[in-house]
Amino acid sequence: MASTTSSIMDTLFQRTLEDLIKGLRLQIIGESAFISKALDEIRREIKSTDSHTKSNALQKLSYLSSLHHFDMSWAAFHVVEVMSSSRFSHKKIGYHAASLSFSDSTPVLLLITNQLRKDLTNPNNEFEVSLALECLSRIATTDLCRDLTPEIFTLLSSTKIFVRKKAIALVLRVFEKYPDAVKVCFKRLVENLDSTDPHIVSAVVGVFCELTSNDPKSYLPLAPEFYRILVDSKNNWVLIKMLKIFAKLVLLEPRLAKRIVEPVCEHMRRTGAKSLMFECVRTVVSSLSDYEEAVKLAVVKIRELLLDDDPNLKYLGLNALSIVAPKHLWAVLENKEVVIKWLSDEDPNIKRESLRLVMAMVSENNVVEICRVLVNYALKSDPEFCNEILGSILSTCSRNLYEIVNDFDWYVSLLGEMSRILHCQQGDEIENQLIDICMRVRDVRPELVRVGRDLLIDPALLSNHFLYRILSAAAWVSGEYVEFSRNPFELIEALLQPRTNLLPPSIRAIYIQSAFKVLIFCLHSYLLQRESTASSYPDTSALSELASKREMPEGSDSATFKAPSHSEQDEVFNPRVSNQSFEELSVGNGGDRTISHGQTSTPVTSENSFTYEAVVNHLNLIELALGPLTGSHDVEILERVRNLLCFIELIKGEVLESLVQKEENLNSAEMKSSKIIKLMSDAFSEELGPVSVSAQERVPIPEGLVLKENLNDLEMICGDIQLPSSISFSLVSNHYEEGVGASLPDLQSKEELEPPSEATSLLAEHRKRHGLYYLSSEKNDIVANDYPPANDPKLRDNQNNDTEDLVKLTEQLLVSKKRPNQAKPRPVVVKLDGDVVPVSAKRPGPKDDSLSGAVQEVLLGSDTRTSTSRSNPSDKSSSKRKGKEKLITDPSFELNDNLGDAEKLDHENPSSRRSKHRTHGKERRHKSPGKIREEREENGQKEKKKSSHRHARHKTRQRADVPLNVVSETPVIPDFLL
Amino acid sequence: MGIRFILMVNKQGQTRLAQYYEYLTLEERRALEGEIVRKCLARNEQQCSFVEHRNYKIVYRRYASLFFLVGVDNDENELAILEFIHLLVETMDRHFGNVCELDIMFHLEKAHFMLEEMVMNGCIVETSKTNILQPIQLMEKTS
Repeated sequence: MASTTSSIMDTLFQRTLEDLIKGLRLQIIGESAFISKALDEIRREIKSTDSHTKSNALQKLSYLSSLHHFDMSWAAFHVVEVMSSSRFSHKKIGYHAASLSFSDSTPVLLLITNQLRKDLTNPNNEFEVSLALECLSRIATTDLCRDLTPEIFTLLSSTKIFVRKKAIALVLRVFEKYPDAVKVCFKRLVENLDSTDPHIVSAVVGVFCELTSNDPKSYLPLAPEFYRILVDSKNNWVLIKMLKIFAKLVLLEPRLAKRIVEPVCEHMRRTGAKSLMFECVRTVVSSLSDYEEAVKLAVVKIRELLLDDDPNLKYLGLNALSIVAPKHLWAVLENKEVVIKWLSDEDPNIKRESLRLVMAMVSENNVVEICRVLVNYALKSDPEFCNEILGSILSTCSRNLYEIVNDFDWYVSLLGEMSRILHCQQGDEIENQLIDICMRVRDVRPELVRVGRDLLIDPALLSNHFLYRILSAAAWVSGEYVEFSRNPFELIEALLQPRTNLLPPSIRAIYIQSAFKVLIFCLHSYLLQRESTASSYPDTSALSELASKREMPEGSDSATFKAPSHSEQDEVFNPRVSNQSFEELSVGNGGDRTISHGQTSTPVTSENSFTYEAVVNHLNLIELALGPLTGSHDVEILERVRNLLCFIELIKGEVLESLVQKEENLNSAEMKSSKIIKLMSDAFSEELGPVSVSAQERVPIPEGLVLKENLNDLEMICGDIQLPSSISFSLVSNHYEEGVGASLPDLQSKEELEPPSEATSLLAEHRKRHGLYYLSSEKNDIVANDYPPANDPKLRDNQNNDTEDLVKLTEQLLVSKKRPNQAKPRPVVVKLDGDVVPVSAKRPGPKDDSLSGAVQEVLLGSDTRTSTSRSNPSDKSSSKRKGKEKLITDPSFELNDNLGDAEKLDHENPSSRRSKHRTHGKERRHKSPGKIREEREENGQKEKKKSSHRHARHKTRQRADVPLNVVSETPVIPDFLL
Repeated sequence: MGIRFILMVNKQGQTRLAQYYEYLTLEERRALEGEIVRKCLARNEQQCSFVEHRNYKIVYRRYASLFFLVGVDNDENELAILEFIHLLVETMDRHFGNVCELDIMFHLEKAHFMLEEMVMNGCIVETSKTNILQPIQLMEKTS
């Protein structure tokens, strides 16, 4: 009794949705308080037995959920109750609430199947049917689709247009959730394409547009119907959808392109609707770009868009241009001025599009000018766009190992300039590129050191934390290649300036280490200088003298000088010697190099700089600057500071002493400290070279080496050690490999020349027994041919030089007239095998294989044969194949067997389909050998079906290249090195 | 699915209508609306009506104090969607007579009903104003 009264009271005094909204607007007690009060009411009212009260409560709840994001999943059962109400207005509220709140995981979905069926088949009220259809299109699950497919099928040929068009739109979701529905509904869907009612056609075209965009191949056979609509339809919306369909189909079947190019151009010329015109343009530039006339027309239209005042059209014009850019760069170049003009548009989206286009125009001929323009824009832009500009300059110029950069001196100074731009936040990328270029391009190092010096020396830069990474690269470069520096002492001062205490510890450690390197260089130069001034050539400049001495290593001369001869020995094992002229050697060639680059530094200044006073001053400076850091809490800093200070401690006494003895004890090169200095200098002058990331993989795994041992225990101990992130190369001294390379031939030659003594015979014996641990000397050459050691500079550089020479030659032949201003040839850029792996973006395969399979079955008419396999999904592939075979023999098939073959290949193996985009053309070309090959392939495919996806892809590619050796390829060795 | 969602948002950033054609959780909806509103409402009249957001596009248009935002797939025709928005506004105008934000607030179910006639499962199925309004008028007559 109490409950009935309360429900009556509720009904009488219930707040309607309107009251709720009004209350929300007034907000007397605050929104959240008001809503929570309202929700309490709703919770009470929704339990009411009175259907009006209940539906009203549900309506309010839906409102709050939809616009204020309040959870309503708790009311799912009440939603079902309201849906089953007999009054349309209540039912409507229920259905709306269901489509708003139900998801695949809502449990009560199981309860509504019958309600939906009842409403779908309601013969009297088409609006109830429509409600159910609408709701289904939002919430239908696989189960619902399966159970309701017969009803939907009936509605697809309903005489009521109002219902039929909704049923058609719903089919899209049904196919997606329950592909088997295709067998039932697809034919009727296709029939609707021929309907005379424009609404039906519009709906069905929309559905096909979506279906085609997911899996174009299956709908190729419908091309004639589509074509008819494309030519006949007067409805812009339908035409736009049709163009979208054809844009996809044409990519698969070039002969279609020939047919549609004329109608598309016709639409483009005649239509007054910008949307249709733009769709035509987009279709032409994306799919019909081989048809010169059409592209020209499209570019004219694009230009109209670009020059329009409407920002929307401007944006779309730029958009279309960037689609056309890769194939028809002329179209972009024609509109160059406009594009650059929009770089300063006030809409960031338009600016971004035009930036993209500008970057598309970049080539090696204009990269300098374009970068100049862009940097100027970057200076004027807001921080966000500034960084976008800088980012795209960096990524474009570094593309494909700096392919478009000819003048690295320019590029490096551009990097320096970019670092100084106020908003620059590209520190990481610039750091990477500075080091990368430094490793790869030998010729640019002097300039790089100069740029680095300019950055290091500026104390203002130390306050910008975005630049720290760049500064660390600069510090490293200056330390590593200090021999190119004009004034090393200046570098020491810069590296130790007081403001470096602003740097984070890791970078400061790099600074200190670099200072160490520079110091060693200074001391070493100082020693050499002293020795040479004391030598028999007192009148010439010491350093250049030394350098020249090394160029002509006359035995008698070098014997008298211990230091130069020592470094000569070094050079024999020095990787640089084997492939570089002597001029480019480390110590003492600084002068030569800088002169050749037209700089002001002369040997005289460098001679003067290494005075005794300077050395002592800087030793003191270092002690002074680093002294306080011996108490640093950072291990990296502490370690390096200690190293450096201990080193100074070690040598300082003797260096000071040596001055006193200067005159008498000239030949005291045996002095302890100078030995140490030489040792250190040798250690630091060791060149770091890039190593291919795949180098490790090329090393054969020795037998008996257990690599897959469980190392979980280790992880417990050093779990917090992070693996280095993927850098394209690792900095490894190539000394080791050099040593091996040098000693091996040495050993061989000895073996050949000397008569086998006892020792060698013992060695041979040992070798025989433990041959495993020796490098095989005989096979060495062969192996080297197959897999050049990753870091063999000789091989690498020779190859590079050859190709470079060729490139240079052709360049000179072709371009010499066009670009007389290019003074110097492009320097050698070291490349590694592992570097250039053209990673084409993997396109995800069509996500619903079963859907496309089903569609093809229906379209190609093999229902009877496949009916047995309906319930067995594992049979699907075989049934598909049957369908295909029929397709080939079917004479009535529109697009004859050319296409069939290609399709067939693609369909044999589901995984091979992924490679379709890449291999399509090839397969087409190899088609002619005919069916025998296909049979074989089929066999091969069957055998290999179970191999991994990656493997299968590899196979497909091989198959396209070498059609006949598929059968012999049976041993399945997954090639992980690919 | 061409159209993913349709939002109507006022100048203050309050959502007045939200219709999604794919299922998103409440949290996802809240986040999405927040991001989009922040992105689009900051733009001025001289800027274009297309904004790239995550992996799809937003085409929007402002009428008086109300922003109409439509999220579409990347290959959807932007201009056609603009026309669609205009059609929607014209339809509502015809029904309510000089439609304003309050009309949509207090007659949300009608606005939804119109949208349901126009768009189904992300596809536009009806573009004739008369056809769109027919069921609503019929409903009003009977009730």
